[in-house]
This record gives sequence, structure tokens and C-alpha cells, in this order.
Amino acid sequence: MTRIVADLDRCVGSGQCVLTDPDAFDQSDEDGTVVLLQDAPADDEAWKRARIAVEICPSRALSLTE
Amino acid sequence: MTAPALQTTRRCPYAPPDEHTRIRDTESGISQVTLPSGQVAWALGRLEHIRAVLTDPRFSSDRQHPNFPRLTREQPTSDLMRPSIIQLDPPEHGPARKAVVGEFTVRRMAALRPRVQQIVDDHIDTMLAGPRPADLVRALSLPVPSLVICEQLGVPYHDHEFFQSRSSALLSRAVTAEERRQAATELRDYLKNLILEKAADPADDLLGRQLAQGNDPEDVLSLAFLLLIAGHETTANMISLGVVTLLERPEELTALRDDPTRTPLAIEELLRVYTIAEFANSRVAVEDVEIGGVTIRAGDPVLALSNAANHDPSAFDDPEEIKLDRGARNHVAFGFGIHQCLGQNLARMELQIVFDTLFRRIPTLRLATPADRLPYKDDAFIYGIHEVPVTWEDPA
Repeated sequence: MTRIVADLDRCVGSGQCVLTDPDAFDQSDEDGTVVLLQDAPADDEAWKRARIAVEICPSRALSLTE
Repeated sequence: MTAPALQTTRRCPYAPPDEHTRIRDTESGISQVTLPSGQVAWALGRLEHIRAVLTDPRFSSDRQHPNFPRLTREQPTSDLMRPSIIQLDPPEHGPARKAVVGEFTVRRMAALRPRVQQIVDDHIDTMLAGPRPADLVRALSLPVPSLVICEQLGVPYHDHEFFQSRSSALLSRAVTAEERRQAATELRDYLKNLILEKAADPADDLLGRQLAQGNDPEDVLSLAFLLLIAGHETTANMISLGVVTLLERPEELTALRDDPTRTPLAIEELLRVYTIAEFANSRVAVEDVEIGGVTIRAGDPVLALSNAANHDPSAFDDPEEIKLDRGARNHVAFGFGIHQCLGQNLARMELQIVFDTLFRRIPTLRLATPADRLPYKDDAFIYGIHEVPVTWEDPA
């Protein structure tokens, strides 16, 4: 099953994913890195947002994986 | 054959310099240009290539590297301070950025909204009580982001004339090398004193918290210098450009005023079309890398033509058109890669509050000088407008 995966070492806390889908992504108060709220989006719209988040993540910290 | 000089003048406020477009539309999208420093750099015009370079660790941000691209004739002022986070490569960059980015999360920015709203309302009150026409830049564009970053950092706003004039000189192409160096030195000394005071008596502000975390005061100084400059000129210029653009499009402005949920997307489009920090994404190759069929050698300077890339027809439909509901967020107006703008969500929040509040509170706002006769900043490293005379009707 495809899932969203976040690489915290790569993440630079730009928050682009949070702007894209606040239901799926949050940021740590400590160091700004991504906190995955949902790794398996519920519907097509949520998948669409996940793909945008992966595309615009500046540090390529997000990916979709089988 | 000598490479042509880098062109810096835009065809129009929201179109890249013609030469940048030409480079982008060549077969490779990459061409050599001669920088004001005399260096010959690879100029990249396509979004895809720029995103590739800015995410590739084989391109360094080290300003101390002798081949790092320079847009001025003189040597950089980076010897005045330790390198700030924008100059660091991995592995030093990650921990340094993570030590401060928590101050700029989406949640932290949302928590700042009430204070920013109050600042915007106060400045609009003052403008409304003053003479007409008013200069929007002095009344709103500059003071709002300046006051916000001062409060956040813990820099006394009553010194704003001092650091606004220095940071304006640092970002100007129209000053001499000596003037630029003097401005940087004065600003550094000012912040150095401030940080010494804070180290003795830590306050609950960004700089105070950095010191309390045990960060070296010399590193906090570099961070303060970076954030103070980046924090007010950039957002100020986007406020001015955005207000002029919206006033020129009354139907779309009405639609925004009726439905402020549209404002965030309109802001992304304004960021894309203006790409005010178009020369902020330079690197130096530290290994040989092939991009678009061109071999960039280790030691070659590389300049991202971000404005051309944000008008790249292979990434954006009808790129020259301003479509406020375009919804494209893949632009590189805030850069890309690990150095993407730290304060981007602060900027977005400020722009949103300014646009929504200004047009709601002064529905009759209009330009007192036609948009095509405004003094655009063709002489600065960050694009914008020097002065925007506006006027309005008395409330009925």
C-alpha cells in the first residue's frame, strides 16, 4: 500500500506541507521538522494534496512509497 | 569569446529581463554570462534545472569560496561576520537551521496574527488621519514588516531609521563599495552591542532565546544580521507591488474582498510573477555536474535566473499573465532546497493581513500616480517600488 514517508534528517522545516494539507502534516515546535499526522490519505483529494506536498517540499524530505 | 554581461533590468515590472527569457528558451536553457564582478557564471533559466541545482549537494553556498558568484565589483562583506545559515553547506547547515526554524513554523506564525493585525490597523489609522496623497511605502509597506521583525527578534524599533537606511544601502546597486561596506559594518556593530546587552540580561525574544539555548553570540550576530535585513525590505516590496497590482485589477480585487479565502492563492501568484529576490540563488559547483546536457565543472559559479524560471512556459500555462486564482505553488520565489526562505510563512501571513485589512478598511483606495509612472527599483538587488502615492475618499 502506498504511504507518505518523511525523512526528518532532510527536512528543513519550511512548512510548505503544512500549508498544503494541515490534516496530514504538522511541524514540531522544537525544531520545525515535519510531523506526519496521516501517512495514508483517506481519499483522492487527500492524495492529490500529498502529491503536491511531495513536489514542492524544498528539501525533498517527503516521498510516496509502496 | 566573452560571455555577455548579466542583464538586470526588467522588460516590465512583472516580466523577467529579456536576456533571461532568451537564455531560458535556448536549447539547453543554460548559458554563460559575465557578472559585474568580472566572473563568468553559468546562468540557468528553467525551473526544472534550478530545482535540480538547489537540491544538489554538489553545489555549495559558501560565500568565502573565491568563485562564488558576486553581483558587485567589490569583494563581499562576508568577512565582517561568521557565515550565517544561508552560507552553510551540509552537514553544518541542518543543525544550525533547526536551531531557529522552530521560531517560524506555521503554528507560530498563526499565533502572531493578532499582534500583526493590530500593527496593520494602527498604521492604517495613522495613514487615514494624515494628508492625502500618502506614500504607501512610508505609511504601511515598510513600517509593518519592520516593526514585526523587530518585535520578533527583540530589536528596538525606535532605531528603525538607522537600520532601514543601512539595509537599504546594502541592497542597492546605486551605492559605492565603500558605502556598502560602511553600512554593513555599522549594522554589525549595532547588533553586536545589542547582543552583548541581551547576553547580560536575556529577554524572551528570538535573539534572547538563541543565546539562552547556548548558541555562540558570534553566530547569533550573523543570524540577527540576516533576519533583520531579510525581514523587512522583502516583505515591504511585496506589499507595495501587491497593492499596486490589485488596485489595477478592480474586478479581481472585489472578488478578493468578498472572499478573503482567495487571498493566499493570490499571494502565491504575486510572489511568482514578481520574484523580487531573483538573484538570491547563487551557488558554486564543488564537483563536475551535468545539467541539461551542459557540463558544469567543479569551481564554476552558477546563477539561478529565478524570475525567468517562474515564467517558464514548461511549468506554468500563460506564464506572463497574472492569474490570481492560478493556484501554482511550485514557484521558486522563496528559493528552493535547504536554504528556502526561513521567513516565508511570516511573509505570507503579513501579506495576507495587509491586503485583507487595507482593502476592507479603505474601499476607495486608489493610486495618485499612474502605475506605469511609479519609481520601480531597477537599481536594487531586491525588486520593488521606491514610492507609491495613494489617495482615498472620505467615508460617506
